[in-house]
Amino acid sequence: MAPKVPPQPTLEQSTTAAAGHGHAHEAPPKGLMRWLLTTNHKEIGTLYLIFSLTMFFVGGIFAMVVRAELFQPGLQLVQPEFFNQMTTMHGLIMVFAAVMPAFTGLANWMIPLQIGAPDMALPRLNNFSFWLLPVAFTLLLSTLFMPGGAPNFGWTFYAPLSTTYGPPSTTFFILSLHIAGISSILGAINIIATILNMRAPGMRMMDMPLFVWTWLITAFLLIAVMPVLAGVITMMLMDINFGTSFFDAAGGGDPVLFQHLFWFFGHPEVYIMILPAFGIVSAIIPTFARKRLFGYASMVYATAAIAILSFLVWAHHMFVVGLPLVAELFFMYCTMLIAVPTGVKVFNWITTLFRGSISFEPPMLFALAFVVLFTIGGFSGLMLAIAPADFQYHDTYFVVAHFHYVLVPGAVFAIMAGVYYWLPKWTGHYPNERLAQWHFWLSVIGVNLTFFPMHFSGLAGMPRRIPDYALQFADFNLVASLGAFMFGASQLLFVAVVVLCVRGGRKAPGRAWEHAEDLEWSVPSPAPLHTFDTPPKFERSSH
Amino acid sequence: MRTLLVWLAGGGLFAGSLQTALANGWNMPVGVTELSGDIYSLHMIIFWICVAIGVVVFGVMFYSLFRYRHSKGAKAANFHEHTLVEVVWTAIPLLILIGMAVPATATLKKMYDASDADLDVMVTGQQWRWRYEYLGEDVAMTSNLATPRTQIRGEEPIDESANYLLEVDEPLVLPVGQKVRFLFTSDDVIHSWWVPDLAIKQDTVPGFINENWVRIEEPGIYRGQCAELCGVDHAFMPIVVHAMEEEEFETWLADRREAAEQEAMGIDREWEMDELMTRGEEVYNAVCVSCHQQDGSGNEPAFPALAGNQEMLDDRDWHIDTVVNGVSGAAMPAFSNTLNPVEIAAVITYERNAWGNDSGDTVQPSEIAELLSD
Amino acid sequence: MTTPQSSDDPRKGVRRTVWRSVAALLGMFAFAFALVPLYDVFCEVTGLNGKTNNSAQAVMHDGVDETRLVTVQFITRSGSGLNWGLDVETRQLRVHPGQPTEVSFTFDNHGDGESWGRAVPSVSPSKASLHLRKISCFCFQEQRLGAGERREIPLVFQLSRDLPDDVNTVTLVYTLYPVEDRDAPQQASAQSLEGEQS
Repeated sequence: MAPKVPPQPTLEQSTTAAAGHGHAHEAPPKGLMRWLLTTNHKEIGTLYLIFSLTMFFVGGIFAMVVRAELFQPGLQLVQPEFFNQMTTMHGLIMVFAAVMPAFTGLANWMIPLQIGAPDMALPRLNNFSFWLLPVAFTLLLSTLFMPGGAPNFGWTFYAPLSTTYGPPSTTFFILSLHIAGISSILGAINIIATILNMRAPGMRMMDMPLFVWTWLITAFLLIAVMPVLAGVITMMLMDINFGTSFFDAAGGGDPVLFQHLFWFFGHPEVYIMILPAFGIVSAIIPTFARKRLFGYASMVYATAAIAILSFLVWAHHMFVVGLPLVAELFFMYCTMLIAVPTGVKVFNWITTLFRGSISFEPPMLFALAFVVLFTIGGFSGLMLAIAPADFQYHDTYFVVAHFHYVLVPGAVFAIMAGVYYWLPKWTGHYPNERLAQWHFWLSVIGVNLTFFPMHFSGLAGMPRRIPDYALQFADFNLVASLGAFMFGASQLLFVAVVVLCVRGGRKAPGRAWEHAEDLEWSVPSPAPLHTFDTPPKFERSSH
Repeated sequence: MRTLLVWLAGGGLFAGSLQTALANGWNMPVGVTELSGDIYSLHMIIFWICVAIGVVVFGVMFYSLFRYRHSKGAKAANFHEHTLVEVVWTAIPLLILIGMAVPATATLKKMYDASDADLDVMVTGQQWRWRYEYLGEDVAMTSNLATPRTQIRGEEPIDESANYLLEVDEPLVLPVGQKVRFLFTSDDVIHSWWVPDLAIKQDTVPGFINENWVRIEEPGIYRGQCAELCGVDHAFMPIVVHAMEEEEFETWLADRREAAEQEAMGIDREWEMDELMTRGEEVYNAVCVSCHQQDGSGNEPAFPALAGNQEMLDDRDWHIDTVVNGVSGAAMPAFSNTLNPVEIAAVITYERNAWGNDSGDTVQPSEIAELLSD
Repeated sequence: MTTPQSSDDPRKGVRRTVWRSVAALLGMFAFAFALVPLYDVFCEVTGLNGKTNNSAQAVMHDGVDETRLVTVQFITRSGSGLNWGLDVETRQLRVHPGQPTEVSFTFDNHGDGESWGRAVPSVSPSKASLHLRKISCFCFQEQRLGAGERREIPLVFQLSRDLPDDVNTVTLVYTLYPVEDRDAPQQASAQSLEGEQS
């Protein structure tokens, strides 16, 4: 099982090569125990990132199975039962085990460095919240080998398909989601406590880098909605095992209630996966445009506005379940409103570029692709918000195209941009530029080949989550599958770049990017294991 | 400035090719109802607004990327705030959104007016078929996938002229020009009844009822699929609507009513084993095959094997009860909702005597009818 | 952790933040469960989802609107796992708003053992459910039928006079469900369908 694999020793050594020396700290335990017991934010950050990358490939393999089956009409490789398990596990793994831990990993590494803190506020809790993740996802992946198979009801696990009609492994799925949820919650508490209490003297809230700001707001979202998810899955557990009827009409419950509760969690969850991405892009674009971020304050307000609106739009996922007219109108208007703060962000990034002095290092390439492709995902989001038209779009490949545009070239590209941006700080070496460029271009082409045709197949009438389709959708699916294989394969390049960068490469100075301004660039590269033991003097650059 | 024009032209070219793609059937259908036409226009208006915004925003972006390259010695300016600009680009999108919301609201209101219908049809989703009842007409039918499983599994080539996965044994027949109100519900999980040409997609929720309506303007055959993941055979429960002129529809309805009466008369007589087996095989292959498989081998643990199932063969009453009333909390539905007594008797007889099962007994339609009436 | 980095102890602040977060967490967890009854109340107040009131309502005596006729349809369905039939004397009625009407439903146990069942109601269009007043209904209670027993139970209802003008047809669907474990049918359930039959 993938998550049991211990962290690669080569990565361990070099990310922390400069560790320890000259510090008065106790000698850390050696080998595996050291990684099991570490309370250092940089090491835990590394663990999170390695875990997330592993899971990205596990979820990716599931996606490849799905795309291979959809390569041509008819059932060739897998049976519908297994296909449904693959789509479900792909979604669950990518959301809860790849994207969210990647952002938490970046937060662990960078937030203390960006606010001038020596570590996270609660280091031991930090260790605990990481190690919950391998437990949770080993459990989830083990359901694949259980009788009746893994969860097969989609990552949205609508009742009663997941309760009355779910496979026996559903109880394990609930347990693993509980554990992953606790991990996220503890991570969020830690991040809030760090940001609110451990900033360098003189750093006000409105001086914080946007990555810190977006993560603070994300952490509040996590605290607000992860308990709701926990509540929903607890109710499911009780319906399945203890004879209650929260979601069962037979006992006086209501299956639609499940959807209300799930999306009350689910929509903010979507923003949990994109707000930190905004923060990363807002750090990278000014650096490589050699120009201050345009509209810092409005960026903060826009992020907060998106977070607040995210609590008022959940039922736009439910336009066809039979909501009354007033509810449809309310959720349609609120959803459309989200376009305003999101637009502000895009305009700010573009105005930052305007009259800058722009160079195209790998992090910048990914950040620029993010801006363009995320905006395309935003446009299809706006179309989906139009309730009457959603009666045609809902649950088709148009939706699949939409959320993959905001999650893959959105969240995932931002994470990769962040990794390329901070790799010199973590390893002391620049990533191999030529390989990184290949990775970028293959990824951009692959991602668009995969997901752009899905808009058309959806509009032409292809429902999502089907293992086989009518013949008129064959061409779109062929292209999408080829694109997906290309995208999947090109991610191996990413691993190659990271491994090579850990091992060696062009030496990076402390300020690895000439115009980078935040506090992390004031410490040496690679960052020593302990930084800011004495708080830095924060100088305001007139934000 | 020239570069900006070049980028704008590029954007225009992109928009042009999108237009070509959309015009060639890679798009939402205009459909055959007034509402489907409204929804299509709404979709296109918003699409073109998005394209226009995209051309402007990406135009400025790519212009900046090209014009202010560091490698060409661009010097960065030093502005990072401008209240007026920021207010303007908050206000303009807001106005555009209001412009979008007005037609959307009007269309939505129209969709929600199901009053004064000429015909009511109850649509029931069931794993994995649709059941249609013409309320007040005593006509009902079950609609199953007609594409042979052998084609799906690749055991024989796909028949390209036969609407692969989009063909059913019994299409829903509707009159043109009349307002038809649909009532949606489900026997098990949530399904979603979607026919793109009619612009209807409505979830069927077990225990609850939803409604929607349609007034078809052109005779024809319109196809759709279940749009909500509902289990293993989610991909294999298509919808076919056959829209015909009102007179033709009335004739069809009368014929169906008569056929149902004929079938009802068959209930009272004694049926031979052979007759029951033939009829039972038809029913089995339409209704039971998706879970219990053609050879009765089932699909454990959810769908038990029927071939060699001793418990089933030993306890005839239990067998009948399970088919008639279903199993609460499991995938087995109550077929008394779906099949008539002749079909139930035939399929049970078939299950007890096919694939090497050798109970040798028959189940008579009259037994089932009695069971359902007393 | 290292020594505090400024004069006002960050560890105190951290503790405060943590406790507040934990309080918020517990609050949100409770809120998720509170949403279940809140949703029911919300449904009843707005008629969302075609849910009807689960307890008997009094007859409204504000006259009958003779000028208006509304069609009321009744549909009965049997869910899986219960060997019962449910029938209604008439499939369709035309009533004036304000006029109390009685319709007789027949429950039939085809099985040869005693069993418990419940008829779960749903109304379409959902905006009409607020205006459908059930004065007496079997749907408030679970039914017990002995082997082969047949029982007629009336539904007495009234459409309130403020039924929206564009509602000309009201459909009332009853789906039969088994009550599995009669000994503790409701204790653990979030919703109570118990109510007084008047």
